[in-house]
Amino acid sequence: MKEIITHSEEETMKAGEQFAKTCKPGDIIGLKGQLGAGKTHFVKGFVRAFGLSSSTVTSPTFTLIQEYEGTLTIWHFDCYRVKDPKEILEIGAEEYFFDQGICIIEWPEKIQEILPQETRFVSLITQENRSRKILLDVANFERS
Amino acid sequence: MRDGRVLSNVIATQTIHRKYGGVVPELASRAHHKTITDTVDQALQDAGLGPDEIDVVGVANGPGLMGSLLVGLSFAKGFSLAYGKPLVGVNHLDAHIYANFIEHQERYPAVALIVSGGHTRLVRVDGPFDHTTMGATRDDAAGEAFDKIGKMLGLEYPAGPEIDRLSQGGDPQFAQYPRAMIREGLDFSFSGLKTSVLYDLKDRPPEEVRASLADLCASVSAAIVDVLVEKARRAVGEAGVGTLLLSGGVSANSMLRARMATMAEEEGIEIQVPSMIYCTDNGAMIAKTAEIRYREGLVDDLSLQPYASAAD
Repeated sequence: MKEIITHSEEETMKAGEQFAKTCKPGDIIGLKGQLGAGKTHFVKGFVRAFGLSSSTVTSPTFTLIQEYEGTLTIWHFDCYRVKDPKEILEIGAEEYFFDQGICIIEWPEKIQEILPQETRFVSLITQENRSRKILLDVANFERS
Repeated sequence: MRDGRVLSNVIATQTIHRKYGGVVPELASRAHHKTITDTVDQALQDAGLGPDEIDVVGVANGPGLMGSLLVGLSFAKGFSLAYGKPLVGVNHLDAHIYANFIEHQERYPAVALIVSGGHTRLVRVDGPFDHTTMGATRDDAAGEAFDKIGKMLGLEYPAGPEIDRLSQGGDPQFAQYPRAMIREGLDFSFSGLKTSVLYDLKDRPPEEVRASLADLCASVSAAIVDVLVEKARRAVGEAGVGTLLLSGGVSANSMLRARMATMAEEEGIEIQVPSMIYCTDNGAMIAKTAEIRYREGLVDDLSLQPYASAAD
């Protein structure tokens, strides 16, 4: 596990971009963190590593899944509105999970039981002094 | 839709609810294939028409979830082929704009503000399907900001309508939240507001948050509405048009309506807003848009494809 402290949206984006460099085709990443923790900004930085502009990324809360075509295809999920993991299966989630792109999933805890075993987790935590602690490759305690 | 008049407008959740007494999961897009036949049947029945009496088949082919779009599009193609009717593909965002012309005369040029849970977008409309995107959100949609900030305040998600109700008895000056990019371009950003409310709430004891809920809601509403109104004002000015078309679910927000009305008076422009049922996602707006496309000679064939993202 690696820990990073960020103090601005730009630093959170940089953390996402750095983390992306450790990712390979077929990876699935679960992004944990409460509302306003910076998950979408982390993804804005993440896509830069694949030749995309951060402005490509907007919140997928309503759209559920967004597709970004960079040097790899990035599937950006947001499971905030998902009440039952079956719903995300209904929209074809497994097809994305086993594709040669990268799936990056906000609110992965909502679909815990259908996430593949090898999913990597990142946790964004807001701190008292208005900074954020970002834990990369954090253990998935909810499963163990 | 016949000669601009809506004959029927059926939403699947309602039909199925009536028929089976259950609720269709909102997100279960593949379940659409189970409901689409019933929904179309119901629409034809409400309209008092047989399938052969339809002139044109209009269908939304994007942007959206591929699974849902494919179900609608495949059905529409089948219908078009079986009954020999022309097929017209409609962009879902365009449909929010043309929803304005279900009840009002078409007016061009205009600026449209689409503001909903999924979209916040300013579009210059110079004529039928002659559009230029002037600005859009860079992160969260305005409706999403209402829904999520309401959740932080302890309200039930989606909290937009409840924030609106509570705001009416609150002081919009109570807390000062940022108006992101209010003087900068025509794009929007609402995620910073979410973060700033998050930290503000951490600084307030829970009993204070509960006691000043209406004031906090009003302050949040004012922060969102100020940005929407000022950007709309600037967009109309830059485009040099006299009409603002408002649409999307957030156009129901009472503070937004009141502030937009004041702005329109100050600027000497006219604002059109569809009835609520045509503001949220609905079939009639797809039909209206298809009617105008057909009139303009914009007809598709069976090679029509769905697409996931809005092209800017």
